[in-house]
Amino acid sequence: MNVRVGDIIKLENNQFVAADLLLLSSSEPHGLCYIETAELDGETNMKVRQSVSVTSELGDPNNLAQFNGEVVCEPPNNKLDRFRGMLYWREKKYTLTNQNMLLRGCVLRNTEACYGLVIFAGPDTKLMQNSGRTKFKRTSIDRLMNTLVLWIFAFLVCMGIVLAVGNAVWEREVGTLFQHYLPWDPSVNGFLFSAVRTFWSYVIILNTVVPISLYVSVEVIRLGHSYFINWDQLMFCSKCNTAAEARTTTLSEELGQVEYIFSDKTGTLTQNIMSFKKCSINGHSYGEVADPLGPQPKRLDFTPFNLLADPDFCFYDDTLLESVKVGDSHTQEFFRLLSLCHTIMSEEKSEGELVYKAQSPDESALVTAARNFGFVFRSRTLGTITTTEMGRTVTYTLLAILDFNNARKRMSVIVRNPEGRIRLYCKGADTVLLQRLRPCKQDLINITSDHLNEYAADGLRTLALAYRDLTEEQWEMWSESHQCADKEEDLLSAAYEQIEQDMTLLGGTAIEDKLQEGVPETIALLSLANIKTWIVTGDKQETAVNIGYSCKMLTDDMTQVFIISGHSVQRVKQELRRAREQMIALSQTKDGEREEVVEGCGEVCFMKFKGAGKQSQCPPSNRMDNISGDFALIINGHSLAHALEADMEEEFITTACACKAVICCRVTPLQKAQVVELVKKYKRAVTLAIGDGANDVSMIKSAHIGVGISGQEGIQAVLASDYSFSQFRFLQRLLLDVPDQRSLEYPKLYEPGQFNLLFNKKEFFICIAQGIYTSVVLFFVPYAILANASQSNGEPLTDYQTFAVTTATALVIVVSVQISLDTGFWTIFNHVFVWGSLGCYFTIMFAVHSQTLFSSFPNHFHFVGSAQSTLLQPVVWLTIALATVICIVPVLAFRFLKLDLKPQLSDTIRHTQLMCEKKRRPAGGRLASTWRSAGSVSEGRLGARGGSRRSGYAFAHQEGFGELITSGKNMRLSSLALASFASRHSSSWIDTLRRKKHAHTPPSASGECTPALSHSSSVLGCSQEAPTEVETVQDSRMIPTTSTSVEASEDLREGAVSTGSPSVAEKTAQKE
Amino acid sequence: MAKAKSGPLARRPDNSAFKQQRLPAWSPMLTANTVLPFFYFMAVICLLLGIWLLLTVQSVQEIRMDYTDSGACAHCHDLRKNVSNAALICTCKLYFHVDRPLKGDVFFYYGLQNFHQNLRRYMDSRDDAQMVGRKTNLKKPSSYCKPFATNDKGLPIAPCGAVANSIFNDSFKFQYLGSGSSDEPVPLWRKGISWYTDKNIKYRNPQMDNLSLAEVFHGTAPPPYWHRPVYELQTHDAINNGFINEDLIVWMREAAFPNFKKLYGILQRTNKPFESGLPKGNYSVEITYNFPVQYFRGRKQVVLTTLNWFGGPNKFLPIAYLITSCLVLLAAIGLTVVCKE
Repeated sequence: MNVRVGDIIKLENNQFVAADLLLLSSSEPHGLCYIETAELDGETNMKVRQSVSVTSELGDPNNLAQFNGEVVCEPPNNKLDRFRGMLYWREKKYTLTNQNMLLRGCVLRNTEACYGLVIFAGPDTKLMQNSGRTKFKRTSIDRLMNTLVLWIFAFLVCMGIVLAVGNAVWEREVGTLFQHYLPWDPSVNGFLFSAVRTFWSYVIILNTVVPISLYVSVEVIRLGHSYFINWDQLMFCSKCNTAAEARTTTLSEELGQVEYIFSDKTGTLTQNIMSFKKCSINGHSYGEVADPLGPQPKRLDFTPFNLLADPDFCFYDDTLLESVKVGDSHTQEFFRLLSLCHTIMSEEKSEGELVYKAQSPDESALVTAARNFGFVFRSRTLGTITTTEMGRTVTYTLLAILDFNNARKRMSVIVRNPEGRIRLYCKGADTVLLQRLRPCKQDLINITSDHLNEYAADGLRTLALAYRDLTEEQWEMWSESHQCADKEEDLLSAAYEQIEQDMTLLGGTAIEDKLQEGVPETIALLSLANIKTWIVTGDKQETAVNIGYSCKMLTDDMTQVFIISGHSVQRVKQELRRAREQMIALSQTKDGEREEVVEGCGEVCFMKFKGAGKQSQCPPSNRMDNISGDFALIINGHSLAHALEADMEEEFITTACACKAVICCRVTPLQKAQVVELVKKYKRAVTLAIGDGANDVSMIKSAHIGVGISGQEGIQAVLASDYSFSQFRFLQRLLLDVPDQRSLEYPKLYEPGQFNLLFNKKEFFICIAQGIYTSVVLFFVPYAILANASQSNGEPLTDYQTFAVTTATALVIVVSVQISLDTGFWTIFNHVFVWGSLGCYFTIMFAVHSQTLFSSFPNHFHFVGSAQSTLLQPVVWLTIALATVICIVPVLAFRFLKLDLKPQLSDTIRHTQLMCEKKRRPAGGRLASTWRSAGSVSEGRLGARGGSRRSGYAFAHQEGFGELITSGKNMRLSSLALASFASRHSSSWIDTLRRKKHAHTPPSASGECTPALSHSSSVLGCSQEAPTEVETVQDSRMIPTTSTSVEASEDLREGAVSTGSPSVAEKTAQKE
Repeated sequence: MAKAKSGPLARRPDNSAFKQQRLPAWSPMLTANTVLPFFYFMAVICLLLGIWLLLTVQSVQEIRMDYTDSGACAHCHDLRKNVSNAALICTCKLYFHVDRPLKGDVFFYYGLQNFHQNLRRYMDSRDDAQMVGRKTNLKKPSSYCKPFATNDKGLPIAPCGAVANSIFNDSFKFQYLGSGSSDEPVPLWRKGISWYTDKNIKYRNPQMDNLSLAEVFHGTAPPPYWHRPVYELQTHDAINNGFINEDLIVWMREAAFPNFKKLYGILQRTNKPFESGLPKGNYSVEITYNFPVQYFRGRKQVVLTTLNWFGGPNKFLPIAYLITSCLVLLAAIGLTVVCKE
């Protein structure tokens, strides 16, 4: 597709937005459309966008084709939450803001179709602006190799110089004497010139010491690795029919050195599916699976009970269904609350076929649960909610929606049931809600709160539910005060506060933000391998923390969890400092205990590995390196913006690296990359970033290794990644592979790679030293022996050709033996190649020394007959044997000593496994069992439910949707016809949406946004010229509720009550 | 090649042992149980070999005489100092006494010290194509032979190059003085002293085509330092003349080290008193002293030796084995101690 700026493109439901679009019109009323931005910023809730109202009427393609407006806007930038522009059309100006924009990477949801004008395309899109620069990734081995090759080259030059000097000396002392037999070349007039020539000759002759072929070999090996990754069946996901894919062939060995993993949350750790798991009703907990190891309980079948049930809904505890069936009033009220208290829109395509359009997946899960348990939310109008309760259709009058916001952490609805009773239903965080209950029934409160804690400890997202009966007078009174409070946020929440009191607890719900398969296990395993996992997400703090708990990164028995959420540099600095001080203080007390424990157990291995820790490069606090204890750091995007400033970086990184778990929430894509860069810069560690969405692209690109989750909708991340597979858990296989089963069992085996113990400069020089030793032996042993040896017929073996064949054969044999020693696994290929190379050597040698070749090219193959005459001599074989023994025995002894005195973990494990196999005795695995028990201990600890109380509250909801509903903006015309209720501050819902959003974005990102807020009214007002007019209309509308509704019914064509007037005004203006 | 697979597992990788890295593998491991016995075994093997070789070497006898400037040869040495005397013939005699008879085959070598036959430029200075008898190369020697490719008159040199030019041209007359009675020449095989492949493949005279060897070599010049052309090296024996003269062949097989010996002849054990080797008594070697060594501070030797199966009095090999054996044994003991601790 060739999308260009200025094109108008049509998007259909569930399609990806292909470029940054200005929303022109949509199939929904008022040019509204819904988008999911999980790909873009990781937030799970739905967002609403609205077109400028003039364009929203350009319904069909013909009209759109006539559209000839001009858009003037800011240059392309990476601010995802901000857009400023101006639409000039028909000699009028309309202000454009982010609310009119559909950004590339979003997915259109709950909207049949919409049309948009391309504002930015291709690399100019905000998504691409956020994705950072593509860098050529190279591994540290590549870099090390480059250094080493330079050194080797220097060594070569040195050798050349030494040999040239040697040549000069020799030519002066001896060569001159030899002139008689061997005159110098005519061009050579002295030993000095001969030396210069010798230098270059040696540089050329000895160029083989520069291991240029090493690059090729390494590349070939990596290519092989990447094929093995592609071929791995255990990294194949049958569900999405996706195999792992190594998209680059140059990074394989880096996989063995990863120290930090940066993981996205949505779609990577989680499946982005919410499911209703458990609930506590009137002190009774439902949904518990009795025995996790027992047979999988049967999934409940709701169809016989409820025709409207959602067939995809899963629930296993049939006692809850029984309770509903017998008509338990608490249970019924519980589900009634769930079916009423929400901001979902429903759509009934055909009878019984309900589709819920939810802003947050949590709500959808809750309402679906209610639906299956017989309380079916059918439809809503401005002032009513129609449900089917146990097969009976009931219509409630919706009196008010007390909208959700992050400070209140709850939402309520006030409804009047058909009998005329007014009731307030409230759902929200237990911490908030439990304080607002009627102080009786303390037992129930305690039990429910215990249940919620239990759920929270299981990593479920909890909400507490409560209701309050209101008398007509109370409602009237509050309604008035509420109206007065209008728009003033503080007053409004005070008004809400006022009525959300004295509630009666109904129970609590627990929703599972479904993790991908095996995520906690993978993270636990990786952390045993000393790999630190950081969650970096654009989602809210609560949801991120909740996921942190459910994937066992955070546990209740962590020493301390620090939350950094300051809004200013000073504040963040302070918070970080305090965290560090506490860590040091706490770890000192803890260290004392721990050392005793370790000594007591006598687990030598643990001590060893503790000692192996490398010195960090962070200068300010050496003490920070030795911090023990489980700390966690949670940092918000706006604080992170400060923490990433140049002078704070170090402070942040020391604090963060001392923590076991780090969660960064509400971060922008660019910040993700910055965090990765920061760790790369300060820790010099190999980093891996894993993500699925377009918002992870920058992070994936900047990490040493980028992993994309494939098999999902988006492919942006996959395209930018180096490796891709479909499940987070495959990460453990990718990192801890060869030999797979062993390294998965002993993740500690991963550590040598991180510390670069297997190939570093020291190892390199050991190899060089060994090489020099070997070459000395290989020259002087044959020299000393052959100088005095003869064939049996008296012909001496001193000749050059015999010596050459002997030395070369000895070399090949020594190298083969050395390779055999280095080979850990003798598969058929190893045999073929080791024996094959020996065979090849002899074959080629005999061929080159053959009569045939000699008779064709006598000057080139003048070794004729050397091979057979040399290799037939027993003394030659004695020489080779001696040289081999002298070369190999020290290596063998050295290795054995190292193995015996300083065994690597891998050696020990190999040893124990060997013993086990040999003796078939389980007792052989002393160390193995140590490790295994260590693993299980930590597993056990992870799973333990701590004593500390913690709220599992997390809700992917955004403020403003209550207003959206009460304003009726998103109602279809049919439902509006019944409208008899209007909200007071209806036109401002979208302002609220935006305002709330801004309040939560990092100041750095939205710093310039504040002035833009002054134009907020023009979003709906459309015309810059008449803001005052719009304001006055709004003001006038505020006074009598009834009159507005009348007006609305008169002007049904305009669709909505609240904005009816400005639309009319505008329409007339256009006509004029 | 592309298999049209479909279904949910269409893209699933093949389940082959290779692709899934499940090839059966033998995974050896350095353990005390394998390494220590190996070390002891190696020590024992080396020890036994060393002792055996040492015993074998004991039976070898060698007589080595330097004649560069000793005794009678001193005047020849002085004579050869001056190049202008190159044409003058100088002979000298070397007397020696054999206390113990040399039993079995006895080999007569000449030895040179400090002569760098292994110099790269020296070794390159030859034309194997010429010496294999290619007529084109006979008349047009390889440029590697320079400056010994053509003589002053522009005639091609055969055999060309520095190697052939510098041939060792001393000759020896070996005599048994017996118990004092008469001088009896000690018969030496002067053939069969070179490699079979050299004699029969590597060096060939140019095709004769009913011509004499001299006619074949017509139009070529002998190397400048030679007294006679290549086709007169052994006039009475056609198969030991020209390029296939064994002294030339032996010389052309360059030594790898600056000190070397080359085979000159093998004792003929057909007649008395040499049937069982060289008997006890006085011997003389009459040397035609041609080869100058003073330019390069070299030494010349005559070496008489018997042989065992691996060569002459080669003490290094058994001693190296014995030392290696001791070191391996020490290492083994050390490792055992470390291991037991």
